[in-house]
Amino acid sequence: MKDWAQNALDTALARGATYADVRVMDIRQRYLSTKNGHPGQVRDSRSLGLGVRVIADGGWGFASTQDMSRASLDSAAAQAVEIARASALCKIRDARLVPENKAVAHWESVCRIDPFTVPVSACLDLLLRTDSEIRKVEGITLAEAALDFRHIDQLFLSSEGSEIRQTKTQTGAGCVATSFAGSEIHRRSYPNSFGGQYQNKGYELVEELDLPGHAGQIAEEAAMLHRCDQCPTGVKEVILGSSQLGLQIHESIGHPIELDRVLGDEANFAGMSFLTLEKLRALRYASSIVNVVADATVSHGPGLGTFAYDDEGVEAQCVPVIQQGLFVGYLTSRESAAAVGQVRSGGAMRAEAWNRIPIIRMTNVSLLPGKGRLDDLIADTDDGIYMETNRSWSIDDRRYNFQFGTEIGWEIKHGRKARMLKNPSYGGITTEFWNSCDAICGPDEWVLWGTPNCGKGQPMQTMGTGHGASPARFRKIQVGIAYQ
Amino acid sequence: MTQSTNDSMILSRKLADELFAKVLRYSRADETEAAISGSSYALTRFANNTIHQNVAEEDLNLSVRVAHGQRTARASTNRLDDDSIRAACEAAFELASLQPSDPELLPMAGPQTYGAVSRYDSETVALSPKTRAEMVGKVIERSRKDHLTAAGIFSSGATASAIYNSRGLGAYHEESVSEFSVTMLGESSSGWAKKTGPCWQALEIEALADRAARKALESREPREVPPGKYTVILEPSAVMDLLGFLLLDFGGLSVHEKRSCLTGRVKQKVFGDNVRIYDDVHHPSQSGPPFDGEGVPRQRVTLVENGVVANLVYSRQTARKMDASPTGHGFPLPNEYGEAPLNLVMEGGPHSREDLIRSTPQGLLVTRLWYIREVDPYRKILTGMTRDGTFWIENGEVKYGVKNFRFNQSIIDMLGQLDMLGQPERAAGEESIEMVVPPLKVRDFNFSSLTKF
Repeated sequence: MKDWAQNALDTALARGATYADVRVMDIRQRYLSTKNGHPGQVRDSRSLGLGVRVIADGGWGFASTQDMSRASLDSAAAQAVEIARASALCKIRDARLVPENKAVAHWESVCRIDPFTVPVSACLDLLLRTDSEIRKVEGITLAEAALDFRHIDQLFLSSEGSEIRQTKTQTGAGCVATSFAGSEIHRRSYPNSFGGQYQNKGYELVEELDLPGHAGQIAEEAAMLHRCDQCPTGVKEVILGSSQLGLQIHESIGHPIELDRVLGDEANFAGMSFLTLEKLRALRYASSIVNVVADATVSHGPGLGTFAYDDEGVEAQCVPVIQQGLFVGYLTSRESAAAVGQVRSGGAMRAEAWNRIPIIRMTNVSLLPGKGRLDDLIADTDDGIYMETNRSWSIDDRRYNFQFGTEIGWEIKHGRKARMLKNPSYGGITTEFWNSCDAICGPDEWVLWGTPNCGKGQPMQTMGTGHGASPARFRKIQVGIAYQ
Repeated sequence: MTQSTNDSMILSRKLADELFAKVLRYSRADETEAAISGSSYALTRFANNTIHQNVAEEDLNLSVRVAHGQRTARASTNRLDDDSIRAACEAAFELASLQPSDPELLPMAGPQTYGAVSRYDSETVALSPKTRAEMVGKVIERSRKDHLTAAGIFSSGATASAIYNSRGLGAYHEESVSEFSVTMLGESSSGWAKKTGPCWQALEIEALADRAARKALESREPREVPPGKYTVILEPSAVMDLLGFLLLDFGGLSVHEKRSCLTGRVKQKVFGDNVRIYDDVHHPSQSGPPFDGEGVPRQRVTLVENGVVANLVYSRQTARKMDASPTGHGFPLPNEYGEAPLNLVMEGGPHSREDLIRSTPQGLLVTRLWYIREVDPYRKILTGMTRDGTFWIENGEVKYGVKNFRFNQSIIDMLGQLDMLGQPERAAGEESIEMVVPPLKVRDFNFSSLTKF
């Protein structure tokens, strides 16, 4: 890897780049799934390539290749410089980066059991046992289960002298029970929807999750949803389960704090942000019990946003985002930090693969825990709805107006979970919602969720992000609006 | 369209043939399939009236599927040396060997015949970063003329895909690609326009920039209109992004497994009399290869005829399960989803967009929708936002811009509430794949809340 990267770096500088960095990535993935008692997808893939990013004549250029011959690496580096010079035809000012110390480092995420060493037959056996537990329940029309393993080995070299090797192992696992009857389709997922749980771990995550042990319960709930009442419409107290709150954080805090959105870089696609620059350290984003960090450091846990260095060679940091309700920090890059007069990047630049440039991505954007257990919070609630496991999510392109649906809900009456509710939904305006937060459960209920499918950028890049959350209560929330 | 010299492509037919010959040499499975794809692609991105990202990539990928003793698995690699190809063949074989047998697995398809499609423009493939930058420069100039700020992309390149199997099937397709989209931003408003296609000259970039700029100017100082049910004119991009949520529902497997909103509704009248939808890869405004993930030729399929769900699409395996004929819409095997129509055409009427507006006493004009998600899978309620150009219509005229809405609307109900259909065109959005669809005038479209801009 080092030779390939050095060749490309040398050529870029020789061709006139004033700054260059090179990433070589070797990505291996295994995806295994089952459906209604049969194997679904059984596939392995490997993708290896190199991307070179340069500044020349004050403009940006990037080119990538999967051909690691000397000629191809030279050609990619030369192409990046040519592209940068074309960018300069439309520049207003030269690209400028805040300084960063050079780093020479080697880091590996913790992986107790390499998932690629676990026999495929054992993985499929686990999935089929999960599938079987789901299909034991009357009324289930579709059982699905999947495991997703990824190993990413990457080297970063920059013209400033950095040389950073990082390897990560990521594991995802989950199952879904679907029930069709009459004119309704209901789904229940474990441990989360849209793929389950994802973390920077090995096969030990699969063992921790125990899919077969939880499959029966979600199947029972999926079938039961046909027989329960519709979520009412109105204004209620809402308690959100941990995984749903993780996605709420992702959409209504994580994206708005991306400084590239704020500055307009994403205006044509992902959108902009209501968090304009004058709101920093001025906006009461949330109630005073709300504290949020963007923490990429290992000490935060094995989230999909955990690393040692970002893809600009900036060391992982814990960036305060909301302190006691006050908005205090953005996710930044070396260029966007320079644009707003900050002295250092917060280290949030990541690229999906070798053929994509790094852009600002969420690290682990997490709500810090409060106090107590979920049972205590329910006991403290007189009239509300508890909602669990995301089913739909949508938010406007500046991140004000959101609406979420969940797979299941329960009415809370006089401090107790009462009847089950189908089709729960809630919506609101971001800052009004977060200012209505009046209770957050404690560390025992806190889970660091992985969102493996966050899309942003053109060409589109999919990135994994982390979101720690424990269940929390929000007052006077509009519920049931999706079915009004 | 100009033809490829082929040798200039990152994946020529000759290279694809050579790679498959190696796969056949290294595979020890009963049956072997190779799907080979190549792309050479560049994208110039601009925002705040400057180019801020500018990228290029080349990639070649080989995906080997084996079938051995009623078991199948896939292994892919972008390393194309002999050792890596051999390793991919072995990995697929190992993965297949370690799983339970699947009695429903069919033998691979035999040789097929394909209708020709011409989707290659050599000028688009060879477009330089300088030309892209010069065109972006013109767009920025247009934005400055009205004190607007431009953001968008201009991309160009080529893709090629080939599929072969050990039963003698062989198919190859190459296509040039280009895309331009632009958002023009004013102090209080924005406008958007987008086109895609195999020929960059046909994008009419300056006209798109002008359209987006006019939308931004005409929606300045947007007013608040209360949420509720309104007659709405959806421009083709908005129509396309909504219809995209029905694609998987038209798959036979989706109905067989009761996860489709069309479960129990096939051959029934589900939509309005004026709804006619078909899938046709050979439509002149469509794109993509004329074969599916198993190399089966894509057929023209009527999906909705006068509001009746006329047909579904079927992969070979689903067709066997459901006693139907394969239509050439299967995804690469193995997969969980079966199949889907990917070249949708919705028939329209003789009316122009302006006719739709002129005939509307009161209503809303929607340029584009955003962040659409499924709320209810069987009623097919979708939620999402309007974006970049939403207008109030009164007495047949566009009067002023309005603040953006959230909608919660069943698309099944919506397709029963079409008052007028315009002329179909190739549409591009951000939530689905390109389609040929008309602008639609819909009554009682349900807007449930407002946002702040």
